[in-house]
Amino acid sequence: MNFFFEVLIGGLLSGVMYALVALGFVMIYKASGVFNFAQGAMVYLAALSVVGCMEKGAPLWLAVILAFAIMTLFGIATEKFVLRKLVNQPPIALFMATIGLAFFIEGLAPMIFGSEPRALDVGIVDEPIEYILENFNMVISRFDLVAALVASVLVATLALFFQYTRIGRALRAVADDHQAALSIGIPLQNIWAIVWGVAGFVALVAGMMWGARNGVQFALTFTALKALPVLILGGFTSVPGAIVGGLIIGASEKLAEIYIPPVMQNLFGGNFGGIEGWFPYVLALLFLLVRPEGLFGEKHIDRV
Amino acid sequence: MLYREAGQFKTTYAADQQLFPIRQDRIGVITLLLIAFIGVPLFASEYWFSAILIPFLIFFLAALGLNILTGYAGQLSLGSAAFMAVGAYAAYNFQLRIEGIPILISFLCGGLTAAAVGILFGLPSLRIKGFYLAVATLAAQFFIVWCLTKFPWLSNNSSSGVISTQQLIIFGHELKTPTEKYLLVLSIVVVLALAAKNLVRSSTGRAWMAVRDMDVAASVIGIRLMPTKLLAFAISSFYCGVAGALYAFCYLGSVEPDGFSLDMSFKILFMIIIGGVGSIMGSFLGAAFILLLPILLDVLLPFFAGLFGLPFSSATVSHIQILIFGALIMFFLIVEPHGLARLWQITKEKLRLWPFPH
Repeated sequence: MNFFFEVLIGGLLSGVMYALVALGFVMIYKASGVFNFAQGAMVYLAALSVVGCMEKGAPLWLAVILAFAIMTLFGIATEKFVLRKLVNQPPIALFMATIGLAFFIEGLAPMIFGSEPRALDVGIVDEPIEYILENFNMVISRFDLVAALVASVLVATLALFFQYTRIGRALRAVADDHQAALSIGIPLQNIWAIVWGVAGFVALVAGMMWGARNGVQFALTFTALKALPVLILGGFTSVPGAIVGGLIIGASEKLAEIYIPPVMQNLFGGNFGGIEGWFPYVLALLFLLVRPEGLFGEKHIDRV
Repeated sequence: MLYREAGQFKTTYAADQQLFPIRQDRIGVITLLLIAFIGVPLFASEYWFSAILIPFLIFFLAALGLNILTGYAGQLSLGSAAFMAVGAYAAYNFQLRIEGIPILISFLCGGLTAAAVGILFGLPSLRIKGFYLAVATLAAQFFIVWCLTKFPWLSNNSSSGVISTQQLIIFGHELKTPTEKYLLVLSIVVVLALAAKNLVRSSTGRAWMAVRDMDVAASVIGIRLMPTKLLAFAISSFYCGVAGALYAFCYLGSVEPDGFSLDMSFKILFMIIIGGVGSIMGSFLGAAFILLLPILLDVLLPFFAGLFGLPFSSATVSHIQILIFGALIMFFLIVEPHGLARLWQITKEKLRLWPFPH
């Protein structure tokens, strides 16, 4: 039973890391209706910028600020040179454009900062917490706990930002209805630039967390693939959905990885590891059959 | 002057309903086929066959399959490479386990198996739409590749699921040279492409387009959504499956499940977006563009590097390649969101009036 809880908590904590990436998707989808496939590449770019600046001799805080500046500039440039020109195109065209953008970043980032895998030290050690190890005999990583805390702070900040600031109100208005927002004088393009900036910030946080954990390397772009089932489970348009979805996916994925392969091995023989790769998708898919718009997604009403 | 349909009167139903109603189109298609079947084998080198023409035809077929699903029936799919994998492995297993089965039959069976799997993964489309569905098709992509790696029976107990395909024997004659393989691929692709061209203008094709444009409206005017959508998934997967079988048997000869990766699915998706969604011609142009672009960049980049005296390492060149690839995709989407097929259409319309536009 102890082991079960250990896996469960480990899964929940890694789910928070998925949610961090998923948040970036939700931000952009909410405000501009763009399914931004480049979010994973942005995570990679952000982590690489931090590491790159630190290699040039900048201390961590300066590197983070510089990376944030890079991400913001990048977001604004994307809005100005790509998305603004694709207004009124079908969503699939925008989606494809973001895949193109992902390729662009995947080529650009290693060209500037170098492609070899590197470690990113943010000053948190990845070791079990002794107190829990002694009293409950469970291995819970300190790093995962810090990551979970960071994610909670980020979500709380974003929620407050959305709820109580002028810009946040404008963002919600744009998300509700582009035309109505425009007609009451909300500058749509500025708002989109801000959204891309915020998504860049979320990518930066995710990039630092993931980078510190697994090293800064090309595999960071695949975090986007981990975030997708989280998204459809939670609903594309919901910030809490991303968090809850992340927790569900993280926990179930780790539990499945521990408990399903032995069963299959008994049935068929052979090695059935690596369920993690597809299990979240199948889970999300089954879930969608019951609720097609995800847990917290807006119910879609079709009109002819 | 040359491309004008004025004066071509249709006096029978058969003439009115033919696949290419304009005479110049018919002449063009026949010329193209003659060049492909006779001209190319006379002049092309072995490198051209095995590195460019065969993969181009195979990816054209896969793009055609995806275009039927995404372009005509409006169901976005990110799992086409997985269906190609199903086709390849199924064809391999039919060859392996059934004594004396003709190779063409096992290609067909490979396609049919892919169609069955396609229907299975198409079932969610009855409930979910749009990007939710796109992400759901990723489940197919990852699950199928995982299955092919983990169930040793599927790859005849080879390590990590690598299969080496059997010999290509047709009517007792073994196809060995790239030219023969090219002709085999070309014949299959031509037959399937003409079938697709015919299919999309039939009542089935029109039902797909109605579903694509608005499925609620389509069901209101009496199109049954379930059979229509599932048929689109089945036929699309059939095309992808046959393409996968050809990819394994005629192009590479030995494939592993990881070769049919998400990257490949994206590549096929790029082909139909760049080429033109909802157009047979678009799949053709898109496949040519996406396959030739990296080769072109391979040649051009070192040349330019030499011109400006920049010392590019091979890693940098590959990064620049990815970068330019991404930038070009964005550029194309901005300049011509309807793809190369639209440019082709505009050209044809201009040609009608040429050389006296007024």
